[in-house]
Amino acid sequence: MDALAWHRIQFAFTITYHYLFPQLTMGLALLIVIMKALALRRRDSRWDDLARFWGRVFAINFGLGVVTGIPMEFQFGTNWARFSDTAGGVVGLTLALEGLFAFFAESAFLGLFLFGEKRLGPRGHFFAAFMVLLGSWLSGYFIVVTNAFMQHPAGYVAEPNGRLELGRLGDFLFNPWAIWEYAHTMTAAVVTASFVVCAVAAYWNLMKQFEDHARAALRIGVTAGVLACALLAFPTGDQHGKLVAKYQPPALAAMEGKFESGTRADLAIVGQPNVGERRLENPIVVPELLSFLAYGSFGATVEGLDDVPRDQWPDSVELLYFSYHIMVGLGTLLLALMGVAAILLWRGVLHRTKAVLWMLMLAFPFPYIATTAGWMTAELGRQPWVVYGILRTARATSPRVGAGDVAFSTLGYAGLYALLSVLFLYLVAREIARGPTQAPA
Amino acid sequence: MHATWYFLLAGMLAAYAVLDGFDFGAGIVHLFVAKTDAERRAVLGAIGPLWDGNEVWLIASGGVLFFAFPRAYSAAFSGLYLALMLVLWLLILRGISIELRSHSKHPLWCAAWDATFAASSSAMAIVLGVALGNVVRGVPIDATGYFEQDLFATPGGAQPGAVDPFTAVFGVFAFTVLGAHGATFLAWKTSGSVHDRCREAGLRLWLASLVLLPFVTATIALGEPGFFGRFMARAPLWLLPPCAAAAAFVARRSLADGRELRAFLASSAFIALMLFATAGAMYPTILRSTIDPAFTVSAHSAASNRDSLAVGLLLCTPGIVLAVGYLAYSFRAFRGKSDGAAARH
Repeated sequence: MDALAWHRIQFAFTITYHYLFPQLTMGLALLIVIMKALALRRRDSRWDDLARFWGRVFAINFGLGVVTGIPMEFQFGTNWARFSDTAGGVVGLTLALEGLFAFFAESAFLGLFLFGEKRLGPRGHFFAAFMVLLGSWLSGYFIVVTNAFMQHPAGYVAEPNGRLELGRLGDFLFNPWAIWEYAHTMTAAVVTASFVVCAVAAYWNLMKQFEDHARAALRIGVTAGVLACALLAFPTGDQHGKLVAKYQPPALAAMEGKFESGTRADLAIVGQPNVGERRLENPIVVPELLSFLAYGSFGATVEGLDDVPRDQWPDSVELLYFSYHIMVGLGTLLLALMGVAAILLWRGVLHRTKAVLWMLMLAFPFPYIATTAGWMTAELGRQPWVVYGILRTARATSPRVGAGDVAFSTLGYAGLYALLSVLFLYLVAREIARGPTQAPA
Repeated sequence: MHATWYFLLAGMLAAYAVLDGFDFGAGIVHLFVAKTDAERRAVLGAIGPLWDGNEVWLIASGGVLFFAFPRAYSAAFSGLYLALMLVLWLLILRGISIELRSHSKHPLWCAAWDATFAASSSAMAIVLGVALGNVVRGVPIDATGYFEQDLFATPGGAQPGAVDPFTAVFGVFAFTVLGAHGATFLAWKTSGSVHDRCREAGLRLWLASLVLLPFVTATIALGEPGFFGRFMARAPLWLLPPCAAAAAFVARRSLADGRELRAFLASSAFIALMLFATAGAMYPTILRSTIDPAFTVSAHSAASNRDSLAVGLLLCTPGIVLAVGYLAYSFRAFRGKSDGAAARH
C-alpha cells in the first residue's frame, strides 16, 4: 500500500471514530436544554435529575470528543500538507473561528454546567446548558462550512500560484451546500441522541427501575426522535440530495448504481453494482422515481457513469453505493420505529408495550451506523477530489511523510482508540446502572 | 498585517504555554505533592474545570496558523510528523487521565490514572521545550518548501534530529519552569499539606530555573549565534529578559512569603516574557531553513493574502476578546481553594 492509501485510511478511521462522540453531544445538548427548560417551567425535579444524569453522560462523551478531536485539526497539516497549503487561506478561517467562538464557550460553560449547579441557581444553570448547546452547534456549523467548501467550493479566489484565498466571505460562510448539510447533520445528531435517551429509558423501564424518570425521558426522547427522523428525510435529506444531483452528478450516479444515462431513471432499492460489467445485479427498483427525486421531474435526465470520464469516477463505486443505501435504509427503519413509538406514547401505553420498549432499547447503534454511512456517502462521493473540481486527493498529501510513518501512527491510533472504547463503555454502563437520582454538584 | 498576525499567534501560543503550562506543571509535581486520595483529588480539582479551556488555546492557535500562514502550517506539521503524533497521543492520555480518574474509587484505577497524568504531563512539558528549541535552531526546509526531520539523528546523518543536545536543553528548562509554574498555581489553589508541599517544591524548582536560565542563554548564544545576534540587534528587546528574570525572582519570593496569587502572576509573566523575547528575535521568521536562508518560511512568504487576513482579523478579534472574558469568568467562578469537589463527576 502506498502512502496515499495509508493517509486515507488514517483520516477515515480517526474521523469516523471521533464523530461517534460529537454526534451524541450535539444532539444531547439540545435535549438537555429542553429538560432544563421543563424543569424551570414545571418545577418538576425529575427533569432536573434527568438533565444532571445526561449531563454526566454528556461529560464522558465530551471528554472523548475533545481528545479524539485534536488529532483531526492537526491532521490537515501532518497528513494533508498540500491541501493545507492550497486551501488554508480559506478553510483555515473556519477552523480558527471554531476554536475562538465555539470551543472556548463550550469548555467554559460545560465546567459551569457540571460543577456549578448550586453556585449558579436554576436560571444560571439553564443558561450554562444553553451556552453549551450554542457552543457545540456553532462548532458543528464551522466544521460543516469547511466540509461544504471541499464539496462545493464557494466564496474563494484562485491565485495565479494555485493557492485559494477568501473571496466573498458571505458566499463562503453561507454556502447553500453548508446550509443543507448542516441542517441534515444536526437533525441526524438529534436522532442519535433521541435513540440513546430512549434506549436508556426503555432499559430502566424494562428493569422496573427509576420508572417515573424513565417515562419522562421516553416522552422527550420519542417526541424529539420522531420529529427529527421526519426532518431528516424531508426537507433536509431531500434538499441535500438535490444539491448532490446538481453539483456532483458522478456521485449521484455511483450512489444509485446508475451506469446508463437516461430520462425516467429508476430508483434502486436493492441491488449490487457490478462495476466490471457496468450493471446493477439483482435490482429491485421504483420506476422513474430517481429522476423526480433528483431533479423534480420524471422526464429529467440522470447522467450515468458511462458518460463520465473514468478519471472522474468516485474511486469506490461499490462502497459509495452501499454507504448511501445503508444510510437511507436505516433512516427509513428508524423513522418507522419512532413513528410506532410516538403513536403508542400519545395513546399513553408506550411504557407498557414491552415489544416496542425492547426495540427502542436495542436500536441505539443504528443511528450511529446511519450517520457514519451518511458521512461516508458525502466523503466518497467527493472523490477523486479533496476540493471538488480543484484539487485531487492524490495531490493533497504531505510529500515527505512516508507510508511507514503513517502506518505506524495509524496502528498507534487503533491501539489507543481500542483502549478508549473499553473505558467509554465501562463508564457509560456504570452511569446507566447508577441511574438519574444523584445529588447536584 | 503580517506582523499583526505573527504577534497575535505568538500571543496565543504564549497564552497556551502559561495556561496549559500550569496543568502540565501540576502533573509534573502531582505524585510528589499529593500523597493521599483526597490530596490528589484536590490537585485534580484545581485544574479540573480549567484544563480543557486551556487546551483550546492550542487548538485555536493551530487554526490561526492554518489560516494566516498556511505554508508554515503545512511545512511544520508534516515535517515534524512523528513528533506531532507524540504530542497528540500525550494530549489524549493527559486529557483522559484527568477526566476518568474520578469515576471510580478503586485504588488501582486511581493509581493508574495518577501515574498516566504525571507521565504524560511531564513528557508534554519536555516536548514543548524541544519544539521551541527546534523553532529557534531551524529545520532543514529545502527548495520544495517542505522538510522531513527524524526524531533523532542516525549516526553519520547529515541533519540533526528533532531531539539533540541543543534542543534537549530547552526540554529540561521547560520541564523545570513549568514544574515551578504548576507548583506555584497549586500552592495558590490548594490548602493544608498539599499546599505546603507545593510551596516547597515551587521554591526548589524556581531556584533550579533561575540557575538554569544563564546556562540556557549561554547555550543559545553559543549554539545559535545567528539567532542571538538578531536579538542583540533589536535594542527594545533587551528589556524583556531582565524583566523576565525579575518576574522569576518575584515569583519565588512571593511564594516564600505566602503571597500566592502574586507568585502565580509573576510566574505567568516570566513564561510570557521569555516567549515574547524569542518571538521578537525571530520575527519575521517562522521556520528558519538550516539548508539555505532563501528557503526560510517567514511571515511574509507564508501568509495568506492581505484581504483574507484583514477579513480574518475582523472576525477573529471578537472571538479572542470573548475567550479572555470566558477565562476570567471561569477563574472567578472557581475561585478559592480546591477541596477536590470539582474532581468528582
